[in-house]
Amino acid sequence: MLFLNYIANRLLQMMPVIFGISLVGFFAIHLVPGDPIQIMMHGHASPESVAAARAQLGLDRPLLEQYGRFVMLAVTGDFGQSIVQRQAVGAIVGERVLPTVFLLSYSTVLAILIALPLALISARYSDHLVDHAIRIGGMVGFAMPPFWVGLLLMLFFGLYLRWLPVSGLGNDFADRVRHLLLPSATIALFLAPILVQSLRSAMLEVMTADYIEVARAKGLTPRRILLKHVLRNALIPVITILAVNIGWLLSGAVIVEYVFSYPGLGSLLVRAVSYRDYPVIQGLSIVFGVLVVIVNLMADLSYILVDRRVLKK
Amino acid sequence: MTSLANTAPLSRRLLQQLIEEVRHWPISLKIGTSVLTLIVLAGVFAPWLTPYDPYYQDLLNALQAPSWAHPFGTDMFGRDIFARVLYGIRIDMQIGFFTTYVPLTYGVMLGALAGYHGGWFDAVLMRIIDVAVAFPFLVLIIVIIAILGPGVHNIYVAVFLVAWAMYARLARSEMLVERTKDYVLAARVLGFGSGRIVLAHALPNIISSSIVFSMSDFVLNILLVSGLSFLGLGVQPPAPEWGAMIAEGRDFILDAWWICTLPGLVVVLTGTALSLVGDGLARRLGHNRKSLM
Amino acid sequence: MDASLPTTSGHSGAADNILSLRGLTTEFRGRHTRIRANDDLRLAIKRGSTLGIVGESGSGKSVMCRSILRLWPPSIDVHVSGIVEYEGRDLLRLGEEDMRRLRGTELRMVFQNPMTSLNPVWPIGDQVTEGLRLYGGLTKAAARKKAVEMLGRVGIPSPERRVDEYPYQWSGGMLQRAAIAMAMTGSPKLLFADEPTTALDVTIQDQILALLLELQERTGMTLVLVSHDLAVVAETCDRIAVMYAGRIVETAPTREIFSAPRHPYTVGLLRSIPHLSAGARLKPIPGQPPDLAELGPGCPFAPRCIYASPDCATTPVHLAAAGPDHLTACLYPERIGQAAA
Repeated sequence: MLFLNYIANRLLQMMPVIFGISLVGFFAIHLVPGDPIQIMMHGHASPESVAAARAQLGLDRPLLEQYGRFVMLAVTGDFGQSIVQRQAVGAIVGERVLPTVFLLSYSTVLAILIALPLALISARYSDHLVDHAIRIGGMVGFAMPPFWVGLLLMLFFGLYLRWLPVSGLGNDFADRVRHLLLPSATIALFLAPILVQSLRSAMLEVMTADYIEVARAKGLTPRRILLKHVLRNALIPVITILAVNIGWLLSGAVIVEYVFSYPGLGSLLVRAVSYRDYPVIQGLSIVFGVLVVIVNLMADLSYILVDRRVLKK
Repeated sequence: MTSLANTAPLSRRLLQQLIEEVRHWPISLKIGTSVLTLIVLAGVFAPWLTPYDPYYQDLLNALQAPSWAHPFGTDMFGRDIFARVLYGIRIDMQIGFFTTYVPLTYGVMLGALAGYHGGWFDAVLMRIIDVAVAFPFLVLIIVIIAILGPGVHNIYVAVFLVAWAMYARLARSEMLVERTKDYVLAARVLGFGSGRIVLAHALPNIISSSIVFSMSDFVLNILLVSGLSFLGLGVQPPAPEWGAMIAEGRDFILDAWWICTLPGLVVVLTGTALSLVGDGLARRLGHNRKSLM
Repeated sequence: MDASLPTTSGHSGAADNILSLRGLTTEFRGRHTRIRANDDLRLAIKRGSTLGIVGESGSGKSVMCRSILRLWPPSIDVHVSGIVEYEGRDLLRLGEEDMRRLRGTELRMVFQNPMTSLNPVWPIGDQVTEGLRLYGGLTKAAARKKAVEMLGRVGIPSPERRVDEYPYQWSGGMLQRAAIAMAMTGSPKLLFADEPTTALDVTIQDQILALLLELQERTGMTLVLVSHDLAVVAETCDRIAVMYAGRIVETAPTREIFSAPRHPYTVGLLRSIPHLSAGARLKPIPGQPPDLAELGPGCPFAPRCIYASPDCATTPVHLAAAGPDHLTACLYPERIGQAAA
C-alpha cells in the first residue's frame, strides 16, 4: 500500500508541471507577434486560405474555449495538422519519438560509462593530482560546444578514418549501435563533466560515512565494501543526478540530431522552427515536457528498489 | 606594512588591499582571471590587433590555410578568420554576460523574498521554478524564439524570461537558512522593513552560491548563443559570432578545416577560463570541495 | 608476514594479558604538519577484564582503537608504529587478510553514533549477520535465524518481526543494541566500545552499559570502554587508563583512580565532575587542550598544571610505577594533595 501511496503522491506533484507544459504549448501560437497564420504561410497565401486555416486551427474562438479544445485533443494525441507537411502532427512527431529515446538512452549509458570510473578515481584519490587533472579535463569538456564536437568527431572518425557512419539509423540493432555511436558520444561528452563532479561528491559523501568504517570493522573485504555498500548507496544520488540532468540531455540531443541529420525529435524541432510550423512546435513542446515528466517518474520509481526510506513519507 | 594610521591616499590603499586579496587567490582563480582578462582585452582592442575588417570579403583569397598573413586562415568569402574571432569576442562575451547577470539580479531577489516570506508567494514561485528548471533549457529558448523570431534581441527576451529560475532557487535555499540567523532576527526586532532586511542585510550573505553558479551559467550561455547561431536562430550572418562561423564552415569541413575548428577552440578556451574562475571563486568564498581528508 | 612474538616475561601477569601495547604511535601527515595523535602508548589489558579509557576529545582514545584494529582507510595518510601484541602476534605486522579475519571474529568494535553505524538501505538482520555469512559460511536462512537470535539476546522485542526492518524504523537505543549484536557475532574475545552511549539519551545509556556488562559476563570476553565521561567508566570498569594529548598519563584500578589519583590531569578531571549540592560551582581545568602539532618535549599537561615546575615542560616524561598496579606519567606525583607549586 505504501507503494501506491508513494506513486500517487509523485503523480500529484507532476500535475503542476504538466499544466505548465500545456500552457507553454498552447501559447506557442498565441503569443506570436503579428498574425501567426500569415507567418506560417510565409505571406504566400490568399485571404481566403488564411481565413480557412484560421478556422481550421480554431484561432477565431475565444481563448478559454481554444485552451479547452487544445487540452482535450492533446490528450488523445491530436495536435492538428502540420502546416508545412500537410500531415497529422501526431504522426510526424510519433515516428520520431523512438529514435530520440534510443539516442538518449545510448548517450546516458555512454555518459555513465565515462563518468562513473572517473568519479570513482576522483573520489578515491581526492585532492591528489589525478583528482585535479580530472577536474580540469572536465572543465575543458564542459566548454566544448556539442555541435563543434559533433562536427569534429564526424570529420575524424567518419570521413577521415572512415571507421563509423555519420548519419542514418542503421538496419538492425547491432548496426544501429554503430550508427549512433558518434552522436551518442557527442552528447555523452557534453554530459559527462557535469556527471563526474556530482557523482564525485555523492561518492565522497558515502565513502566517508560511518557505516563504511563499521563495515571495515566487521572485517569485510575492500571489494565487498565497495560493491555492496559504497556503490549501492551512491546509486541513489546517481539516479537523482541523472534525472535532474535530463534537461541537458534533451538540449544536447536537439543540437546533435541536427548536426548528424538524425531523424529524431530534436532535428524536427529545429526544422519546425525554421519553417514556423506552429502546430508541430506545439506538439513537440508537449512531447518534450511529457518526456521530462516520465523520466522523473521513472527515477522516483527506481528509488523504491534502491532505498526504502523514500516510502517513509 | 600596516601602520596604525595609514595615511596613504585612498587609491593607494585600495590598490594595497587589492594586491593583498589577490595574493590569497587559489591558482585556478589566478589563471582563469588572467586568461579571461586577456580575452576581454583582445576583444576590446580588436581593431588594433588585426588590420582586417571582419566583414570585408576578399574572394580572391578565399579558403586560405592559416599563414603569417592570416593567422587563422580565411573563410569562403575571403574574410580573415582571426579578425572575425576577435570581433566575435565582443558579441559572445557581451551576450554571455548579460544573459547571465541580468537574470541573476532579479532571480536572486525573487528567490530571497520568497524564501524570507514563505506563504503563497513562495509556494507559487516554487511551482514555476520547478517547471522552468525541469524543462530542457534549450528547447524552451528555441520555442520562445520560434514565437518571437530569430535575432539577438529575442535571445535576450527568451533568456530573461526563463533563466532567473535557477538563481531564484539557489537564493531561496540560502535564505531559508539565513533567515533563522541572529542578525536577521535582530533587524526585525529593530523594526526594519522586510524589503530592507532582505536586500541590505541578508542578500550579501546568500549571494555567494549564485555567484559561483553564474560562472558555469556564463559558459552555458555562450554555448547557448553559439548553438542558436549555429542553428540559424540566433545571431544572424554576416555577424562574426563564433557559432555562426562554425556553421558557415560546416560545408567546407573537409577542405578548409580551419573555418570550423579554430573558432571552436576559442570557445573552449573562453569556457575553460570561465570555469577556472568559477572554481577558484568557489574555493575563495569558502565552498570547499569535499575530500577524504 | 610473521607477526608472532617471543613470549614476554618481566611484567607481572604478562602472560594473562590479552592485548599489550608497546610504543604505539599514530602519526597523521598533512601537507605541512605531522600530528602525533598517539605518542608511544604503553598499555596492558588483562584477559576478561573491563578497561575504561578516559579523555577529552582529541586525547587520542578513539584514534588508538582504530590503530589497534587497523581501521584506517588507505586514503588517509597515517603512520602507525610500535607493537600491538595480541595472542602472541603483533597485529601491526599481520597480513591484511589475517587482520580482516580477526576483525570479523575475535576483535570487534562498537561505535559512537548508532544512527549512522548501519547502512540505511540494508535490512538490519542482513547487516548483523553479514560477517557470519562471510567467515562462518552460513546460508541465508541460517543467517536470518541467527540474526533473530542475536537481536533477541541484546533485548530487541519481537525480533522475528523486526529482523527485516530498516534502520530508519528503529530508535537510537535499539540501533545501538543492533550494533552490539553485530559486534557479538563470531564470539569476540576483545570488544572495543568507542563512546557507545554518548549519542543516546541518559535513560538509555544505563541500559546499554548494563547490556555490555551482561554480555561480557556471559561470554568472558574482554571489554574496553572508551568515554569522555568519567562517571560512565567508573560504574563499569575494573581498571581505568587516562589519556591526554595523545598519551596515556595514568593507569590504575578504578578505585585507586578515584581515591588516590597520581596525575594532575586526573585530579582535574575528578574535580570537574559536577556535584548536585546547591551553590556548588563547576570547577573546570583552566586553559585549553594543546595543539598536537605544537607540542614541546616535556609533559603536555604542564601549561595547565597547578603543580608544575619549569622542568616539567622540558623534560620528557614516561609512564612509571606509582604503586603496585599503578602507572603515572608525572615527574612529581607526590606533589598532588599539597599546596600548588
